[in-house]
Amino acid sequence: MIDLKTIEHLAMLARLELSDEQKKSLLDTLPSIIEYMDILNEVDTSQVEPTYQSTGLTNVTRNDEVDLDYNLGQSLLNHTNHDLQNDQIKVKSVFN
Amino acid sequence: MLENFTIESLIQGYKDNKFSVSEVVSDYYDRIAKVNSDYNVYVSLCRDLAEQRVSKISEYNIDKDLLYGVPLGLKDLFSYKDSSLTAGSKILKGFKPSYNAVSTQRILDQGGIVLGMVNTDEFACGASNETSAYGPVHNPYDREYVSGGSSGGSAALIPLNLGVFATGSDTGGSIRQPASFCNAVGLKPTYGRIPRAGVIPMSSSLDTVGHMTKTVMDSAIVLQAMAGADKKDSTSPNVPVDDYTSYVHKGVKGMKIGIPKEYFTDVNDPEVVSQVMKSIDVLKAQGAEIVEISLPYTKYGVAVYYIVSPCELSTNMERYDGVRYGNFQKDDINNLFEYYTKSRGQGLGVEILRRIMVGTFCLSSESYEAYYLKAQKVRTLLIEDFKNAFSKVDLIAGPVSPTAAFKLNSKANNPLEMYQCDALTIPSNCAGIPGISVPAGFTNTGLPVGLQLLAPHFMEGKLFSAAQVVENEFKCFSQVPSL
Repeated sequence: MIDLKTIEHLAMLARLELSDEQKKSLLDTLPSIIEYMDILNEVDTSQVEPTYQSTGLTNVTRNDEVDLDYNLGQSLLNHTNHDLQNDQIKVKSVFN
Repeated sequence: MLENFTIESLIQGYKDNKFSVSEVVSDYYDRIAKVNSDYNVYVSLCRDLAEQRVSKISEYNIDKDLLYGVPLGLKDLFSYKDSSLTAGSKILKGFKPSYNAVSTQRILDQGGIVLGMVNTDEFACGASNETSAYGPVHNPYDREYVSGGSSGGSAALIPLNLGVFATGSDTGGSIRQPASFCNAVGLKPTYGRIPRAGVIPMSSSLDTVGHMTKTVMDSAIVLQAMAGADKKDSTSPNVPVDDYTSYVHKGVKGMKIGIPKEYFTDVNDPEVVSQVMKSIDVLKAQGAEIVEISLPYTKYGVAVYYIVSPCELSTNMERYDGVRYGNFQKDDINNLFEYYTKSRGQGLGVEILRRIMVGTFCLSSESYEAYYLKAQKVRTLLIEDFKNAFSKVDLIAGPVSPTAAFKLNSKANNPLEMYQCDALTIPSNCAGIPGISVPAGFTNTGLPVGLQLLAPHFMEGKLFSAAQVVENEFKCFSQVPSL
């Protein structure tokens, strides 16, 4: 079920360009990993709720107000090797 | 001059005017210069920042500040403003954070002095530190063996004495397993006890910030410094912070300790089992009541974890697109899609690629119910295992990992075998409960073995009480490796 075509499709979804060597390594290991997960089918979970949190926290919210503690400002632009224009990063166009 | 300092003994030395903070920091850098190349613990140093901190040490109070003048290493996932931060990955090479993680800030507020960033598996994905783009960490007790992972650098730092303590993170065992491989005390607190904000995420529902120390008392001191809710991490519960150090010498008299039979299967190395049983006997001799318990869903832990965690990882990894960080070739590229796929394909190592692919597979619309949802349901049963157990016992004790440290390259090409290293630590991450690895002796060939103790949510204090009893008996931290 996990063949080269699946690997290439997943890589496209995850935005990864893989070399032939990388594809081979994944093809050698992914099928057995996914197959191992079938062990979970031994467990009857028809009456079990999925886990959404582990310490009792639900619906944690804060007021919808600007908090300057979260404002990183210019520093977000410090590490790009792309050109900047009007405090924005200039990237390749989405379409050719 | 450099002794095998603990936080306690170092601060006492400052108080007695035996040496100055400046001398101690300089001696640690000398030692790093001598030792680091053989073990690959530090991936970057921040000596200028450390010296700035030393020059401002008079702003701290030696009688009050818990980490006054204490040199440490940060796992290379913790943001430290203007230092380097790579998460063991090529994709972040050259990146410098513009703020401090909440945990880093709390260490600084208590007078700690960061020496540099220590090695980790790439984005904390691994159990041997061999997935780091900067090379593996070598085990301090035998260079041909792994340090464990992902916090391999943090663990090896302790016996090599390249700092007094180190921070770590534990998603499926990444503090406790390397601690047990390297003779360190490794604490994985309750999920959210120390805020995660500013620590590079791997799996958001499992990642736990913690630390490696030489002694149990030091572990309690560091937790005291870092614990407590923060508005920047909405999953850090607003539960009062305990007086952790007060638990350390309480002993285990009258405590009920459960031994899960599922943690003692025939895959375990008999030498590991033998050391673990010796330490359980010590707990019994000191007044604990030992009872056999069952955690029946343990054997499904690895499968649950290696679905849930790659799903969360693949989501978290979406932010690494080579635009705001990294230094990728951008000429001869036609459009943004091509730039994303190229920078990610070239910037990420094979284990990260594998987990992104597993996560993407398990979250795809046709697989979501069969894998992700199924795993989150079995996770509920793993949590119920612990709830049932803790209705009968105060603590749970067992091995940390089925084996002691293994040889470098012996499992690197067999991911499923590597994943089994976490079989006994994963269930507690799924449940968010705290655990500790405390040194419990050595194998016949001289490799360290740890005892794992687990407690209910927010009961870290009880872990310290029991771990101290084990430490009193074995005093492993005095057995430094011969270099």
